[in-house]
Amino acid sequence: MGKTLFEKIWTKHKVRELPDGSTLLYIDRHLVHEVTSPQAFEGMRIAGHAIRAPHLAFATMDHNVPTTEERLNIDDPVSKNQVDALRKNCHDFGVKLFDIGDDHQGIVHVIGPEMGITLPGLTIVCGDSHTSTHGAFGALAFGIGTSEVEHVLVTQTLVQRKPGTYKMAFEGRPGPHVFSKDMVLKMIGAIGTAGGAGSVLEFCGEAVRALSMEARMTMCNMSIEAGARAGMIAPDDTTIDYITSKERPYAPRGENLDRAVAYWRTLPSDTDAEFDRSLTIDAARIAPQVTWGTNPGMVIDIDQPVPEPGSTEGYSRSDVDNALAYMGLKPGTKMTDVPVDVVFIGSCTNSRIEDLRQAAAILDGRKKADQVDLLVVPGSHQIRLQAEAEGLDKIFKAAGAQWRYAGCSMCLAMNPDQLQPRQRAAATSNRNFEGRQGKDGRTHLVSPEMAAAAAVAGKFVDIRQWLNT
Amino acid sequence: MKPFTIHTGIVATLNRANIDTDAIIPKQFLKSIERTGYGPNAFFDWRYTSAGEPNPDFELNQKRFEGRSILVTGNNFGCGSSREHAVWALVQDGYRAIIAPAKEMGEKSLPAFADIFRINAAKNGLLVIELSEDQVDKLLGLIETHKGLKATIDLVEQKIVLGTDPAHTFEFDIEPGTKERLLNGMDDIAQTLRYEKDITRFEESHDPLGS
Ligand code: SF4
Repeated sequence: MGKTLFEKIWTKHKVRELPDGSTLLYIDRHLVHEVTSPQAFEGMRIAGHAIRAPHLAFATMDHNVPTTEERLNIDDPVSKNQVDALRKNCHDFGVKLFDIGDDHQGIVHVIGPEMGITLPGLTIVCGDSHTSTHGAFGALAFGIGTSEVEHVLVTQTLVQRKPGTYKMAFEGRPGPHVFSKDMVLKMIGAIGTAGGAGSVLEFCGEAVRALSMEARMTMCNMSIEAGARAGMIAPDDTTIDYITSKERPYAPRGENLDRAVAYWRTLPSDTDAEFDRSLTIDAARIAPQVTWGTNPGMVIDIDQPVPEPGSTEGYSRSDVDNALAYMGLKPGTKMTDVPVDVVFIGSCTNSRIEDLRQAAAILDGRKKADQVDLLVVPGSHQIRLQAEAEGLDKIFKAAGAQWRYAGCSMCLAMNPDQLQPRQRAAATSNRNFEGRQGKDGRTHLVSPEMAAAAAVAGKFVDIRQWLNT
Repeated sequence: MKPFTIHTGIVATLNRANIDTDAIIPKQFLKSIERTGYGPNAFFDWRYTSAGEPNPDFELNQKRFEGRSILVTGNNFGCGSSREHAVWALVQDGYRAIIAPAKEMGEKSLPAFADIFRINAAKNGLLVIELSEDQVDKLLGLIETHKGLKATIDLVEQKIVLGTDPAHTFEFDIEPGTKERLLNGMDDIAQTLRYEKDITRFEESHDPLGS
């Protein structure tokens, strides 16, 4: 019987089986950020442990970082302390750091692929659940807790139970103004926020093959929102073009590249490989998506009304009541009648150059509604520079947007960018949990185009019709 | 890590599904570089009013749950962010065990706990127990009708015995590896370092860019 993409990488990285049936798995790349690492380094100091493979770890600052000029001089003493701790830890343990002010600083899941640190066939971990993003390259990438961060730093391995496999096929082609963000939100709505638990998703099918690397990253990024262990897409020409078409400092070159490409070509799941579960979604029938509740599975087509409690599969009446009370929404309301206060375009889900181009295309020649705050935050400093080279920053500013420096920004409100209580946001990020963007803030997840259009209209719109009016 | 063998404590309930780690410990507490000090901030946004007072409407603030160390909650507990701070907060707030239901969905069932949370819990001596929906419903009913109900969780026997009269017993499953680690309070890094020779041998032949 054939093997899946996941099984090929898993087998290659097995150091040994352990007596309890779990596997000691070798880790090729370890990405580190300031929030989930300090206690791990401290644990190593206390235990007197050395770092095993400092050259396989790469660190950056993203969560705490202000996205204004303040970033070079952080006001908040607690944030500053955490940022300083990472500097010291990287220095003491010999880990490469892309610090604030470095040309390659940015959101950890944006800079890894950008610099060729993320490659097909690798095992990649980070103390961050959205590590699933890197699976877009056909890598096995998953988030870990701080104890596991320490475990990887000391041993370059993790003790893992083998997850199951879940084939997620998107057949057909999505219509205009429907993006991978909509595809993955649709999927989470269908299987629920725990639907992928214990499994590695493999996204495949015609609609996935047609996606750019940026769009694939958006899709894999949100695998964790379905509770999946990881999400993966088999490497193909699109993947290899992405890696080779630009200067990526950590990507292989010359003979090494040829050898690597030959290996990457062997990675796609064999045609007779069997998956533990599978689901086929008709991409042609997907509409632009918008979340109405307090988790990413609480999602509807933009032309549907806010659901009635008791009408949503997978959620109890009280789940829906609580979510609607928090969101300040009434059942039956048309989403296109819901006003927004803030529009956030950014995060490791949708802050890459293609996302910014899509938002800019909508904002070009238009202005945001007066009452709306519009924030555009590139995922990395490289993207900021590229967007400026393309003149996108001018479009954003002319539309009334704030054009920021790279960081997690309003995705999680650990830095100065936050929603005020009861403010309602259209956000291109990945989590609409209670309080995620600021205490009592109300988040609706959408694609970059839908977010940009909401900024102009001052409310949610069905982008497909709105553009024609 | 504190071993878990047998524990008796008051059982509290927080009957909501999909409680995410942002709700367990909000982001503003993630700026700390310490491993301690999270306990009083567990469930912060629900637990306190905006004036910083204990919120009387929050289930876990009820007098009858005072001193609780076991929590019964809804499906998919600990979803979302990988932050281990969520587990630290629960442990430091006095919880030794969390009980939640698997959710039956036709032939398959959705696990009671999110994957990363379950792993983080085991690293910190927090026992997570998955029961069936029926069992949890029964448990919730008994807690409702018995104020200050205590339970004894015996990890060796894989049993929860309620302090009702007559006593009710719930049996549970647990992965043998996790059970052993919890019982012995084992340090995972020390365990793995016993295989250091295997890791070195692996590294000598591992080519991440070639088959
Ligand atoms: S952008 Fe948001 S989801 Fe992504 S790493 Fe930063 S905080 Fe996490």
